Amino acid sequence: MSQPPPQEHRPGFDDADNVVLTKLAALLIPFILIYGFYVQVHGDFGPGGGFQAGVILASAYILYALVHGVRRAQRLLPRKITDVTAPLGVVIYAGVGVVTLLQGGHLLDYDVLDPQHTQHAQEWGMFLVEAGVGLTVASVMATIFNEIAEQ
Amino acid sequence: MIGDALLLLLVITAFAVVEVRNLFAATVLLGIYSLLMALTWTNMNAYDVAFTEAAVGAGISTILLVGALILTGDRTVGSRERESKGVNWPALLAVTLLGVALAYGVYDAPLGDPTAAPHLGVARYYIQQPIVDAHVPNMVTVTLASYRGYDTMFETAVIFTAGAGMILLLRRDPSDARTQPPGGLRPAAPRRES
Repeated sequence: MSQPPPQEHRPGFDDADNVVLTKLAALLIPFILIYGFYVQVHGDFGPGGGFQAGVILASAYILYALVHGVRRAQRLLPRKITDVTAPLGVVIYAGVGVVTLLQGGHLLDYDVLDPQHTQHAQEWGMFLVEAGVGLTVASVMATIFNEIAEQ
Repeated sequence: MIGDALLLLLVITAFAVVEVRNLFAATVLLGIYSLLMALTWTNMNAYDVAFTEAAVGAGISTILLVGALILTGDRTVGSRERESKGVNWPALLAVTLLGVALAYGVYDAPLGDPTAAPHLGVARYYIQQPIVDAHVPNMVTVTLASYRGYDTMFETAVIFTAGAGMILLLRRDPSDARTQPPGGLRPAAPRRES
């Protein structure tokens, strides 16, 4: 983000010379990211949750890629990272289920995470699984866009 | 009132999507359709669904469809063969009958009635209990993440499968010469219209 790499001019998705678009994207992307994280952690109290947050976060990446080109976007968020985080979200979600099993409860029965304060346990369980959902959705949306844009 | 206007616009947009011959215009109209649908959900106080519709239907889907259009480069379809065909009367009769049957069924349904049979069973529990069980006011989140945790877990797995499928089908390994087209790594540049 700090120092843009040398520009190589390529047509199509990698076309990135438009000042208006780059400045507008630079204005919008921080707000999109903050909104995405807000939706992620505030899903208990307002509309939204992991799925919507993941899509919003991915849309920030897609906007950057549309404006600056897929190659520069991938220097920011390499495919190696999204390839790991996409299954990691599922692993986090299923991991919460395994933990509840090991604690002696049913699968994804969050009450056993903190039997004294089941409301807290529910909040924690939902927070963790929503984090997993958000991680997977954001990574997969970015991956799908990458694979289409790179063709 | 607003709901009726939105539904009218929805029907008009749906017809426009089917009628328009330019696929790019159809894609944009589909985005408009999703946005109108999101407004309709909002009008029904279904904010979570509206949120998803706006983010996925109007946002990501439109981008992916535009990407697919750029890849295939096909912008208009069936302009010529469509003019030669007249109205398919048996099909029109069939869809009209089906539409009347569906309208009759919906007309008979107790929509928005809190004393209707579907709202008297477990629905009441799932509306009243989230704030007690989990101290979370958004019952949609509690239903998705806690009461119906299995469903959401496998939905996440389905999304992951979609991403894995894209990688397996479309990703090219730069070091693998077999996957490279003879002209180099990049195929023909996406077509641009002025």
